[in-house]
This record gives sequence, C-alpha cells and structure tokens, in this order.
Amino acid sequence: MSLLDRLRSHDDTKPWAGRYAPYDLIKELCIAVGVIALLAIVFTVVFSSPDEKPSTIAQWSRQMPVDFVNTAVKELDGTSDTAEYGPPYNHSSGSVQHFLFPHPQRWLGVSHPINTAQDFVIAPLRTVPDNPTLQGAVAQYEAAPEKTQQGWTEAYAKPLEEYVTAEEEKKPLPSTVSVNSTSGVVNVASVGAGPVPTMMAGLLSLAKSGGVDGSLLTSSQFFQTDYTKPLLFMADGGLLDARAEEQHLLGEQWGMMNETGSYPGQVWLWLYTAWYQIEPFKESPNADLLVMLMMGLLSTLFICIPFLPGIRSLPRRIPIHRLIWREHYRSTGNA
Amino acid sequence: MSVAPPRSKSWTVRVREIGVENLPPEKLLPDGQPTYVASWIYIFGVASIASLMVIIGSGTILALKGPAWWHYTGIGHFFNSLHMWAVELFFFAMVVHLWGKYWMAAWRGGRTRVWITGAVTFLVAVPTALTGYVSQQNFDAQWISTQAKDAMNSVGIGSFFNLTNFGQMYSYHVFIMPLAVVGLVGAHVLLVRRHGVVPPLPFHAAGAGTGVKPAAAEPEISPAPAPNGRGTGVAG
Repeated sequence: MSLLDRLRSHDDTKPWAGRYAPYDLIKELCIAVGVIALLAIVFTVVFSSPDEKPSTIAQWSRQMPVDFVNTAVKELDGTSDTAEYGPPYNHSSGSVQHFLFPHPQRWLGVSHPINTAQDFVIAPLRTVPDNPTLQGAVAQYEAAPEKTQQGWTEAYAKPLEEYVTAEEEKKPLPSTVSVNSTSGVVNVASVGAGPVPTMMAGLLSLAKSGGVDGSLLTSSQFFQTDYTKPLLFMADGGLLDARAEEQHLLGEQWGMMNETGSYPGQVWLWLYTAWYQIEPFKESPNADLLVMLMMGLLSTLFICIPFLPGIRSLPRRIPIHRLIWREHYRSTGNA
Repeated sequence: MSVAPPRSKSWTVRVREIGVENLPPEKLLPDGQPTYVASWIYIFGVASIASLMVIIGSGTILALKGPAWWHYTGIGHFFNSLHMWAVELFFFAMVVHLWGKYWMAAWRGGRTRVWITGAVTFLVAVPTALTGYVSQQNFDAQWISTQAKDAMNSVGIGSFFNLTNFGQMYSYHVFIMPLAVVGLVGAHVLLVRRHGVVPPLPFHAAGAGTGVKPAAAEPEISPAPAPNGRGTGVAG
C-alpha cells in the first residue's frame, strides 16, 4: 500500500440521487449582500471605527525630552535596538533569531540599510543651517577616532541611563539630569562628553520643530512612502510603548490582536498571539521565529485535514452533523 | 457506429470544451439544490462571499479617494468604518463556515480541493487584513507595524514584505492580496459548483464509537424529474 493510499480515507460518499428543491442562487447572493451591507452599516453608525492620531518625533521630543535624548545618544553610539538589530537593517546580530541551525533572517541580507548614527543623528543635524557651533560639534565628532567617540557618548549616556532607570523604578531622580519645564531643554551633567552635549541639544531642538520627522523621510526623491526610519527611531524610544500600554496593546496584553479603543481588532490572530503568552515562547529570544514556525505547521495541518487520520474522522465520531442535517435525517426516518 | 469528432487544434475551442465539459451552464448556475441543503449553517458560505463584496466595494471607494481621505472627512470615515466592519463580518462568517464544513467532513466525495481552497483562502485573508491594518496611517498602523515587523524579519520575508513601508503595504493591500483572495474564492466556488454540496454523512456513522445504536441504511428516495442542473448525479 502506497503512502498516498494510506493517506486516502475510506470514502463511501455517493453522489446524491435524491430529491431537489427549487433554488435561486443569484437571488440568494443578492439578498446576502443586502443583509451584510445593512449589518455593516448598522455597526458603522453605532460603533464607527478607531482613528487615534499617529505619534510624531516632534511630539515625542516635546512630551518625553529625556527619553528622546537617551534614545538619540544610543542611536549615535550604536547601542539602540535598531543599531544592534541585524538584517534586514544592518549586519549586527542583536535581534537575529534562529531555530536549531538555520537563521532565515540572514538569508536575504541587508535590504533596508540603516546606519543609526548617520541616519538618525548626524544627517538630520547636517540639515540645520546657520549654526556653526553645532556644525563644528558634528565635524569634531565625525573626525574623532571611534574609541574617542565611544568615550564621549558613554560619558553622556551614563547619567541619562541612571535617570531613566530611576524614573522607571519610581525612585528619586538623580540631579545629574534636569529638564527645563518651560523650554523643555535637557541638561546633562556629564564630564568628558566632548561635542555630544551640543549635538544632542541641537537634535532635540530640531526634533521639537518637526525637523527630524522631515529629514528621516527625505531621500533622493521628493515623494516618500517609506516610514521605516522614523518608525524604527520612535520604536527605540518610549512614546509608542507608553501609548500602547494605555491602549492595552502591549505583547503581554495580547496586543497583536487588539486595536485602539474597544474595537474587536484582529481577533482571528488569537492563536498566533496566544503562543507569546506561554513558555517556551514567552521568554525565548527566538520567540517570533518559533511562533511563526508553529503557525506555519498548524496552517499546513489545517490545509491537510482531509489527509490526517484521526482528525478527519472526528466529524463521524462526534455527531454534530446530526444537528446540521437534522431535517434531512428526520425526513428519511433516521432522527 | 458513430465516430468521435476530431479534437480541435484551436486553444480557444479546447478551453471552451474543457470548461463546458466540467461546468455545464446548468451546473454552474443551478435552479435546484438537494433537499438536504436545509440548515442555518449554509448561510455562512454565501455570507462570506457577500462580506467580501462589501469589503471590495468600500475598499475601492477608499482607494480611489486616496489613503488619507478617511482621516479628514466624515464620509471617508463612514466608508472606512464600513470597510472595517465588513472585514469583521467576513472573518466571522468564514470561521463559522469552516467549522461547519469540518463537522460535515465536507472534503468527502472527491471534494478535497474544495476544502483546500477554502482553508488557503482563510490563511491568505489573514495577511491581507494585516496589510490593511498597517496601511491605516494612524497610531494603530504605527504600533502594529513596529511590533509585527520582528515576526516577518525572523523568517526572512521582511526584505520584500516590509510592514513599516506604507507604500509597499498599501500596494499589497489594494492589489496583490485581494487578487489572491478573490482568485481563491473564485476557484473555491467553481469547485463547489462542479462537485456539488457535500451529501450528509450516513446516519449510522454517527453511532460509531459513541454508544448510539446504528440505524438502518437510508431508505431509497425517488428522484424527482430532472430539471436543469438537478439530475446530473452530483448536487448542484
């Protein structure tokens, strides 16, 4: 017996030789379209749909200036999530996932190259006109050896990191970082940070004016539809997370299938999202890949149900079909 | 003794002959259904198709007016809401339809391809909806795209399926993905028309292993005179 024969179930289904009832397929479809359209209109009128305004880098820098500067300095020294991500953005390996030996994330290489220091910090600062002090600081930073650059950014980042950690843990905030409540300027008491404080002050000022939003979308052509850079920059910071938490959209809140407000969202993703809530997926650094593989396997099994012994026999063993065809069974004297 | 006419060399004639052979008009658009097609579960198949038609109608208006239109006009927001609720109804109807077909073991009688096209339609509809969610140009789109990108990148498809690239996602959402869904639904419906609605499971099978006493085999039913599309031996 071949494998195909084994997979084929015993099928005693015969073509129907019984009675037929009059049926108008086109009329049924038209009525269905009318009913569904009416239902959708009723839901629309009663519930509408969500449309929370998108966040901008300008908004982020005004509402959370310390978080913005803290993120920006990480982009500059290459320690942000995006800087350490790996393909398709760069050659790092921080977010490269694998299952056993294969690393499918690496297979198609770096298709959307992002140099966080150049793209998120230095290039936007280069667009600021009439500010020789700022341009001098950028030139000084770029001309310095890598080790010196690293020393400057670490000296500047350390007090910021302490401030952000204290803020998260709701502890007394260190005095090394202060925010002017009127101007929103962030002062970092750092020693040996070289030109970095000037650069960060310049970037914060540019971001508040909306300049960073614009410069991250600017490329060789006028029209732009690719928001990868501004989205990744914002995702490295805390504003999107803070808004998502308010809207119950975080991962541990089954975020992928939820939507802002109390709308149903993508409820059909419940199984996909469920894997992230349990071990070994929950804490795995390869969670995304493992969940995708699991869903790929389950999807294949779903398609192949007619070939799966056991699963394909359940409908015969659990007589739900008696409910479905009860009229038929009754009419044939089997009820 | 009759001699079969020679096979035409015309590709057009061959395609026509194959089409008519497999789906004669009375089978494609029947005016009768087997009497067992009498249950509320049957409405969810046509409800899925009806929802898809409302989705395409509302989506076409949204696409023709441009992706930002619905954010600043009341009528635009109305059509966006209509689109969203039609999607919710589509998935609801499709899930109930799939469960119903599972419990009917609807792949029986040579209908394996009917099941496969239906299952694949559901699986293709999921990323179709995802591309819509990330094309909304609002906070939902920002959040969903930045979160879901990691899953796409982890399996290596982020290179050509970049959720943070609005232009690319919009193209997927209004062209390739709907084309795939409509194509699959079309194939599914044609297969259903060709093979007919799956007949009921034999009643005695329900008792297998459940402690229910097997009933007698189905009594003979006299077939009605065969009107168009009814007496083809396969339910229309």
